Amino acid sequence: MTILAQSEASKVPLWLKRHETLLAAILVVALAILGLLNERFLTLDNLLNQGRFLTEVGLIALPMTFVIITGGIDLSVGSIVGLCAIMLGYSWKAFGFPLPLAIAFAVGVGALAGFVNGLLITRVRVPPLIMTIATLALYRGLAEGVSQAHSVRNYPEWFFSMGQGQWLGVPTQLLLLLVGVVVAGVALDRTTFGRALYVIGNNETAARFSGLPVDAIKLVVYTLSGLMAGLSAWVLVSRVTTTRSDMGIGYELDVIAAVVLGGTSIFGGSGTIWGTVVGLVMIQLLKNGLALTGVKGDATIIVIGAVLIASTLIASSLQARREGG
Amino acid sequence: MSAIPFPGVRASEHSVIRMLGSQEALLALAIIGVAILVGLDNARFLATRNLSDILLGNAYVAVAAIGMSMIIISGNIDISVGSLIGVMATISGSLAVAGAPIVVAWGLPLIVGVLVMALQGAIVAYLRIPSIVVTLGMLSILKGGLISVTGGKWITDLPESFHLADIELFGILPMPVLLMTVATALAAIWMRYSARGRSIYATGGNPEAARLCGISPQRTVVMVFAIHGFFAGVAALLFATQLKVIQSTVPPNLELTVITAAVVGGVSILGGVGTVVGSTLAAVLIAEIASALVFINVSPYWIHAVQGAMILATVVADILRRRRRLAGALTR
Repeated sequence: MTILAQSEASKVPLWLKRHETLLAAILVVALAILGLLNERFLTLDNLLNQGRFLTEVGLIALPMTFVIITGGIDLSVGSIVGLCAIMLGYSWKAFGFPLPLAIAFAVGVGALAGFVNGLLITRVRVPPLIMTIATLALYRGLAEGVSQAHSVRNYPEWFFSMGQGQWLGVPTQLLLLLVGVVVAGVALDRTTFGRALYVIGNNETAARFSGLPVDAIKLVVYTLSGLMAGLSAWVLVSRVTTTRSDMGIGYELDVIAAVVLGGTSIFGGSGTIWGTVVGLVMIQLLKNGLALTGVKGDATIIVIGAVLIASTLIASSLQARREGG
Repeated sequence: MSAIPFPGVRASEHSVIRMLGSQEALLALAIIGVAILVGLDNARFLATRNLSDILLGNAYVAVAAIGMSMIIISGNIDISVGSLIGVMATISGSLAVAGAPIVVAWGLPLIVGVLVMALQGAIVAYLRIPSIVVTLGMLSILKGGLISVTGGKWITDLPESFHLADIELFGILPMPVLLMTVATALAAIWMRYSARGRSIYATGGNPEAARLCGISPQRTVVMVFAIHGFFAGVAALLFATQLKVIQSTVPPNLELTVITAAVVGGVSILGGVGTVVGSTLAAVLIAEIASALVFINVSPYWIHAVQGAMILATVVADILRRRRRLAGALTR
């Protein structure tokens, strides 16, 4: 509401002052600088290839935006990716499922894992942070226990079409992500479900008294988070052609960093899918740009950690100023 | 996690029945129970050597869990502790190999631990960023920093005098067990009987009420993080000196084990309740179970699943117990 009041007072149009627009501007500048530093960076090939790498984290970042808007968090997504990857490989190799069924089974396990998170969060009222720390250990442990640290290989050739193929010159999984982005964006911005997420994040008690099915909505959101982690596992296994129990370790960092960098408040109540997409692209290109300029892979997670803290700091100080003024 | 409408500090712990029902007593019983059950199946589990290996090899987890308990009681969380222990162990080992005096090699990690954690505490307390975001960011900064500086190399040729964990007091009492016991006892007494110790519970139970009582929740949070950093430093020393080599990477999933010990030890995740005696017992229990898995022919790869299930069970039991107590208080 204070934002509205400000926009009447100043002459700068509102959309220019939005977090996402600012971020997009920074992104363009960063692209230009990285492009100048390295001629291999700003090529269509490289950018599309980065889209390939970005999908696995991106698919999870969409429902994570929902989760964080409701004021929750899901730290178990990386472990769900590991569990689903193992379920895909083992249901195919050990249980003899046909591969398409194994894929569906893995995604189903992901949805179930998310559903369990949501169930305990809504019914028993376990705080989301603790619930998903517990399942971060539990789901990773199940993946390690079931697989006994053995990997699964030798998938048939057609299976790699999701992770390595392309359609009309665009990586297949990037198209999947684009569909996800559009669906999530419309759901968040144009449906009562999406609006309810903001209400819950702003004031859960008020949402309950307004008759919103708060628990049902949260359950859906956490289930979606697990389901998309399952999809992400499929894309990941298909891209790297093997299944291991340590897949997806640390994804929660990348996902949460992208969402928070994209302007979604960690305290809940505000955020957009558009912002998350910009955050995602920014982090991936930062990683890639650093890698091309000779920074080793491990060092890039330093930058992501710093970006996570810095963007939260800036966002909260901006919010404090807005509320103060 | 904060602003619980009802105070959670246990009312009276004097009656014998209540003491037997406490989390600490349950954990002690569980430790003995597991030992007997696994011992019946495989007597080698009860060999003195195995039991002392369990204690010696995991004392550092218990020491780190003391600080983690304080963090959780104050209503926060820290997931950077595993990476920090990795960094400090590497600093300590590298200094020792480079020929620094042993006091420096032992002392510097403690200082680094206190500084890094106090910085995080200040960001949490004064800039009001949730501890999960700050420590998640710090986790990746420390982890990435460590690997890119050292390349994950093994540190070898550690000087003989460096091995703190090998020292045995009076020829029988090993240093790790001594440190674990003394640290737990001191922390428990301090938290129960000193005003500053009680202020941690007050801040976690209800920060606003704490503020009205003249406690600064911000200062308390920074203090708790700094103390946690100190214990993490001690843990890093025990971790670094227990083997003849140090791998200069982050011990995988260490933060989860430490959090499991704190939570299973009876530290309420809703803030404001718990003791460090419980967390130390829980650390021993977790280590015992991990070792027991091997003796009953269950693959050790299941240990993280067991840990996750233990956190879940404790947390759900804690919440249900609170709910029943609250319902009881309302009908009275």
